[in-house]
Amino acid sequence: MFENMKLVYMAIPLSCLVASVVAGIFGRKIGRAGAHTITILAVAIAFALSLVVYVDVLEGNKFNGSVYTWMVSGGVPFEIGFLIDELSATMMAVVSFVSLMVHVYTIGYMHDDPGYQRFFSYISLFTFSMLMLVMSNNFLQLFFGWEAVGLMSYLLIGFWFDRESAIAASLKAFLVNRVGDLGFLLGIAAVVALFGSLDYSVVFAGAPGAASKSFSFLGGEMTWITAICLLLFIGAMGKSAQVPLHVWLPDSMEGPTPISALIHAATMVTAGIFMVARMSPLYELSETALSVVMVIGAITAFFMALIGLVQHDIKRVVAYSTLSQLGYMMVALGASAYAAGIFHLVTHAFFKALLFLAAGSVIIALHHQQDMRAMGGLRKPMPITYLTAVIGTLALVGFPGFAGFFSKDAIIEAVHLSELPGSGFAFIAVTAGVFVTAFYSFRLLFLTFHGRPRMDQETRRHVKESPWVVWVPLVLLAIPSILAGAWYFEPMLFGNFFGESLKVLPEHDTLAKLAAKHPEATGVALLWDVIVHGFVSPPTWLFLAGSVLAWVFYIEKPELPEKIVKRFGVIHGVLMNKYGFDEAYNVVFARGTREVGGALWKFGDATLIDGWLVNGTARIVGWVSSAVRHIQTGYVYHYAFAMIIGLFLLLTLFLKP
Amino acid sequence: MIPLSHYLILGAILFALSVVGIFLNRKNVVILLMAIELLLLAVNVNFVAFSHYLQDTAGQVFVFFILTVAAAESAIGLAILIVLFRNRRSINVEDLDTLKG
Amino acid sequence: MNTAINVTPAIPEIVVFVMACVILVVDLYAAKEHRVISYALTLTTLGVAMLISLYSFSADPVYTFNNMFIDDALSDVIKIAVCGITFLVLIYAREYIELRGLYQGEYFVLVLFAVVGMMVMASANHFLVLYLGLELLSLCLYSLVAFQRDSALATEAAMKYFVLGALGSGMMLYGMSILYGLTGTLDITEVRQAVGAMPLDNVALIFGLVFVLVSLAFKLGAVPFHMWVPDVYHGASTSSTVFIGTAPKIAGFAIVIRLLIGGLEDLHGAWRDMVIILSLLSIAIGNLIAIAQSNLKRMLAYSAISHMGFMLLGVLAGTPNGYSAALFYILAYALMSLGGFGMIIVLSRAGFEADELADLKGLNQRNPWYALLMMLLMVSMAGIPPTIGFFAKLSVIQAIIEVNLVWLAVVAVLFAVVGAYYYLRVIKLMYFDPPDEGVASIEAAPDLRVVMGLNAWAMVLLLPWIGPIQRVCLTAVASVMNGFAS
Repeated sequence: MFENMKLVYMAIPLSCLVASVVAGIFGRKIGRAGAHTITILAVAIAFALSLVVYVDVLEGNKFNGSVYTWMVSGGVPFEIGFLIDELSATMMAVVSFVSLMVHVYTIGYMHDDPGYQRFFSYISLFTFSMLMLVMSNNFLQLFFGWEAVGLMSYLLIGFWFDRESAIAASLKAFLVNRVGDLGFLLGIAAVVALFGSLDYSVVFAGAPGAASKSFSFLGGEMTWITAICLLLFIGAMGKSAQVPLHVWLPDSMEGPTPISALIHAATMVTAGIFMVARMSPLYELSETALSVVMVIGAITAFFMALIGLVQHDIKRVVAYSTLSQLGYMMVALGASAYAAGIFHLVTHAFFKALLFLAAGSVIIALHHQQDMRAMGGLRKPMPITYLTAVIGTLALVGFPGFAGFFSKDAIIEAVHLSELPGSGFAFIAVTAGVFVTAFYSFRLLFLTFHGRPRMDQETRRHVKESPWVVWVPLVLLAIPSILAGAWYFEPMLFGNFFGESLKVLPEHDTLAKLAAKHPEATGVALLWDVIVHGFVSPPTWLFLAGSVLAWVFYIEKPELPEKIVKRFGVIHGVLMNKYGFDEAYNVVFARGTREVGGALWKFGDATLIDGWLVNGTARIVGWVSSAVRHIQTGYVYHYAFAMIIGLFLLLTLFLKP
Repeated sequence: MIPLSHYLILGAILFALSVVGIFLNRKNVVILLMAIELLLLAVNVNFVAFSHYLQDTAGQVFVFFILTVAAAESAIGLAILIVLFRNRRSINVEDLDTLKG
Repeated sequence: MNTAINVTPAIPEIVVFVMACVILVVDLYAAKEHRVISYALTLTTLGVAMLISLYSFSADPVYTFNNMFIDDALSDVIKIAVCGITFLVLIYAREYIELRGLYQGEYFVLVLFAVVGMMVMASANHFLVLYLGLELLSLCLYSLVAFQRDSALATEAAMKYFVLGALGSGMMLYGMSILYGLTGTLDITEVRQAVGAMPLDNVALIFGLVFVLVSLAFKLGAVPFHMWVPDVYHGASTSSTVFIGTAPKIAGFAIVIRLLIGGLEDLHGAWRDMVIILSLLSIAIGNLIAIAQSNLKRMLAYSAISHMGFMLLGVLAGTPNGYSAALFYILAYALMSLGGFGMIIVLSRAGFEADELADLKGLNQRNPWYALLMMLLMVSMAGIPPTIGFFAKLSVIQAIIEVNLVWLAVVAVLFAVVGAYYYLRVIKLMYFDPPDEGVASIEAAPDLRVVMGLNAWAMVLLLPWIGPIQRVCLTAVASVMNGFAS
């Protein structure tokens, strides 16, 4: 479109970087208004340019090249480069849009916070990192973006650093991510070892040829590609909070709500999904990896949703919901329905961000009250929030016609059609998950907005709708939550929307099989067909059942939940304890590491190295010295004798007649 | 003709005697000085013997110089001995053990 | 046989010798208050000798006195170094001996005669000349040690030095006699040619070599012939020690070069292993025993032994780089040793000898300038960059690595680490310990202070000139290795 698209590509992340630096370093000078103006301007520019790029890519102009070579080491070039295709253009648009919404929203949410400018600096820096991640054309830049978003997540979760729970949560997030990053780094190292390059195009081109190379592992043979995919997936597990590296996401709710929306719903956690999709040329070559992805995703989808049932904190419910939906995306990727996974990522970004921001709106209206047991009856004083929350909920549960319906249904159908080992379990998990999702989503709606108000008198009098900077983003996010599904359904899933950016092998192509079910219909007819079909399909029944059940529990008979809790106390306890993951990790890893460290310090360092090696040698030298000095007796005849001995020594050693 | 080896053996014996005198003597510093003289004498014997057998006067000239130097050395040695005696009132070698360690 | 003898190359020696005699007489008639005349004359003499040697510096050797005397680059370097060091020694010593009633003209005469002996040793191309130079030097040194006649320590040290020194000279003569018998000549260059023609495993040759080597080791103070060093350094008055510990070491190197390299180079295969033993033992024992010392002079004596071990590393390498590294090491060491003993002189007063380590306690608080100077000297002795001590050690270690004696280099460096302890202990005492109660302030004559400062700062300030100095050393060594009788 423009003459020099390269400049456009570079401007997108750089504008966010510059704004972040200015707001960060000169925050005090430019004041609150200055900070939010410059960052919002920058993200707006990034969004506008992302749209430009998006249109450009749709016209067929793709880009894959390096813009800067950092160094060449051992024959492997380390570069900064961009790969602009359908996948990255979509991600860029989503990331910059949600980021823009969050930036505007923050003006209202963080209005009274002393760290105002710092927050804006952090979220634009985050936007920069995420953009670099999705625009990258090589593993190094991917890793840079990966680590950078992890860092920003740490900084933002612990934003209110005088709160001990926030600090603990941010450390937990960072450390768990680190575990994932270890696998990720090993995967990248394996890539370099196998392909000799970090560039995507080189790796993808060489992948089919290297598919058969294997090595022996634990008595069996494992192909290198499988190993790489599994290692990279470990990174994705950390970043996208899949079981068992999911433990950080609920705690990350300690951070301000805008970042829960931005980072932990729409963007950072989707980096793992994006990465697996981007690596589809590799994953397609390893059925083992695909199975693992699918099963882990399914476990996450179902079991995390169950925890969401028993949470009282409104943000935690949405957090567990996010975990569950991320599981759905992973399942889609595992079933080789990459387009469906990305589709769900896009729709989920909209409605989950919407739900978080709506929750935030409620929280600030109630003066930072987050417990749903102290809410209720808010639909009258906060109509806009209520309406947008309803839209978001309907999209989440998959009400036919809304965004989530198209993407979630596609996933369920694709899993059903997949023939990989574990697909049976995955299908049951994702289908059952629909019921649970509906239940907790409507539970949240009913507890917060319906029923009798349970907050104290003082708050009840002051409750009113949030300022426009808060509800405008909600409305703007609600629109795509309704429409995005319908708009993109056909191109993404059945059309060639993603083109070459997502590679699927014919034997795995579940989406093609799905398309075969609707052979003649296209366009609106297709949509209508799907919606009608949707109304009579099992997922719809399940979600209806779930919503009705929620209505019963929380509107009709509010005393029921307590009775159920007493009856099923054990299960309830397990769910409240989040299956005990945190406790297990604490005992085994946290305390275990500390014990080992302590032992190494006391014995290894203090005793062995300091005591024996360092002080020991010094003592020996001193002892030898005080012993040897007595050779110098003071008697001249001894001295002469020593000389004679020396003479004899030399004679005997060297005279060999 | 007396073989060269006899002279050399004589020289060696004198040398050995003087060395033994230096490190066996524990009583008298004057004995040390005498032993040193004997040392230089042993070397002189060697030089004269070689000089004679090589028909080269250089060796004998060397002997003259060695004799002179030996004399000078004795003078200095005795001077040091006298100063030592003035300070320590003793010429016992075993008493010279202040400097040690 | 030449009737006309070219005396020109020997002018420095002649000048110094004549002036020594003159000063002897002048001092006899000068009143006690005018002692400074002798001092001034001595300094002038040394200066003149340095200038003459500098003027005649050339790479081509000149032989004279029937090939008994050689004036080549090495001898010029040694002479300049010796005269220069002695010049500084006298400046250090003057106030010290004045305060102790040792301010006699004989002191200067003895020093000058010793210098003559050293210069003659440096220019010797004949066993006799070498021996005479050596004895002249040694006899003067014995007297200098005993100079402090009323000190029991000094006279005991002098006696020990005398006995062991005579033993050493005797050994050298014995070795020389054997070599004379084998080669039929006393001329060093002719000896070299004769030895070159002989098979290496000639028993008598090795026998003679061993005796000569033993005596050289004694002169340098290498283990196990080192036992005189601690007692002499400790017992003699510091004005004598500062001379004994510096210039004769350079002269010692001169005889090593003339004898082992100029004469018996072809036996390198035989004496290399011997020198390895000597050098290893010196580095080890010197560093080890120094740790246990509480007397500063004794500690510096043991450190001298270890430094000689390092210098011998360069010698045993057998390459021009090695010998040149050894020469550079000796020159650097002479400067460091000068400074070390000079500091003791600076810190001493009438009736008080500052030679215990405890006397250095808290020097930084008493006088930060002197503490800094001492630190520079200790750091240089320990071999820490960027001092010249470091570069000296570096070039010596490089020389032996070049000949694939890496294990030796490793051991040497390990012991250098061990040895750094006692240098650093001095620094610790100066900077981190409080001074003793009632310690008097430090007074020193102005010329002494200036020279002390220059000496210590030379450790680091000579850095830009290290390259040229090493090149000069290389030239000097090359002239010995290539020089043959013309």
